[in-house]
Amino acid sequence: MSNGVKLTLSWLLVGIPLAWGVYVTILNALKLF
Amino acid sequence: MNNSFLDRSHSIAGPGFSRWLVPPAALCIHLCIGQAYALSVFNKPMSQLIGVSAPAPGDWSIPAIGWIFSIAIVFLGLAAAFGGKWVEEAGPRKAMFAAALFFSGGLVVGSGGVALHQLWLVYLGYGVIGGIGLGIGYISPVSTLVKWFPDRPGLATGTAIMGFGGGALIGAPLAVGLMKFYSSPTSTGVAPTMLTMGIIYLCFMMIGAFIVRIPPAGWKPEGYVAPTVSVGLVTSANVLVHQALRTPQFYLLWGVLFLNVTAGIGVLGQASLMIQEMFPLKFLHDTPAAIAASAAAAAGFVGLLSLFNMAGRIFWASMSDFIGRKMTYVIFFVLGAILYACVPASGRAGNLALFILFYVVILSMYGGGFATIPAYLRDLYGTVNVGAIHGCLLTAWSAAGVAGPVLVNYIRQYQIDHGVAKADAYSVTMYVMAGLLVVGLICNLLVRPVDSQHHVTSKEAVIDGVA
Repeated sequence: MSNGVKLTLSWLLVGIPLAWGVYVTILNALKLF
Repeated sequence: MNNSFLDRSHSIAGPGFSRWLVPPAALCIHLCIGQAYALSVFNKPMSQLIGVSAPAPGDWSIPAIGWIFSIAIVFLGLAAAFGGKWVEEAGPRKAMFAAALFFSGGLVVGSGGVALHQLWLVYLGYGVIGGIGLGIGYISPVSTLVKWFPDRPGLATGTAIMGFGGGALIGAPLAVGLMKFYSSPTSTGVAPTMLTMGIIYLCFMMIGAFIVRIPPAGWKPEGYVAPTVSVGLVTSANVLVHQALRTPQFYLLWGVLFLNVTAGIGVLGQASLMIQEMFPLKFLHDTPAAIAASAAAAAGFVGLLSLFNMAGRIFWASMSDFIGRKMTYVIFFVLGAILYACVPASGRAGNLALFILFYVVILSMYGGGFATIPAYLRDLYGTVNVGAIHGCLLTAWSAAGVAGPVLVNYIRQYQIDHGVAKADAYSVTMYVMAGLLVVGLICNLLVRPVDSQHHVTSKEAVIDGVA
């Protein structure tokens, strides 16, 4: 497996859950306004 | 733990390994252990395990449940302090593997405690066992990243520690979703939720342990020229952990972290209540629908703070690579003290937007304080024992985790008991917190370069495996 594929997969692995968490948090925060 | 795959010697990067694979490995650990910040989502369901829809006789009280987090933070500090040297010797893979077992094991044992309704078992599981996992997991990827990114240590530590803040953003909705899935008319679903999270986090953390590598001896980034002389606070030498503990700089930075975290934890803990009591027209409590809407808005505010707590970690730590660590903390303490002192005025003026703005900047600096301190330690003491020294310094977090909430709650209650209106009771608290930041500023300004008598000698280097 090339370094590029490894980098993409590993960043997606952590990026997707983090992006989901940020998205849910922003949705909840909108109730403040 | 004698499996050779886990040994330090088997985790040395081979030729062509990209150092940009190490931050995701670190995030695999920190995004999981950061769940600790979201532990409060279990408070309400844990307080009605018997009654299910409402607390019943025999159910645990909220203060008793609150001790789970406090115990975990205390054991985080103790494990980081006493395990730091071992983490350096064993290498990041073995340390991250151990952290995964402890943290997920803590969740599993805690789940058993909830299922059996034995609070002591939850204290032991999540608090003690999980807390040890938190401590080891927190420091192991940080020291590894510092070694991979000598040219950008702030960015490196900021990335990892941002994950700890981000863990709350994932852990809270994940726990809520799982509890919704497992709940029934006879169960709140807490025990299976904790068990499931333990299994998910174990898998995720193991991936991090598998990916992580340490740089080979003498490795440096392409085009990077390591400084041969110390410049300002940034040393070109190394200081071992036992020597670092004999320097005044260590205790000054302990004070810096303790005061920054005490002030931050203090306001973070009362944020939800504070916004509701300072803005009564926005947060109405006259009908069940209004109460539900107010609770949702207050929860949204706490979520917003978590978001800025996370973002501040990478922003301020990266910024410190350019403006220096000392200047970064000067900004935290000066701007922080001004903002803390201005929060009550924004409440009295009824300016919600300004109140929120002040709060999110404060929380970004709270997170930034955590993320910048490892790079500050690296500047002062070099990279060799930075993980172990960082571990010892994290006892300041444990102390602040107890001092912050106690101080804030005591001051607020004292005000209310003496006839001060609830909305005004926060003013004194915020002024006291601003005062703490001024003391922190003094500690930071007193930091000077470490005396060369503490630098590692060639004999010590051989004994300690540095050479």
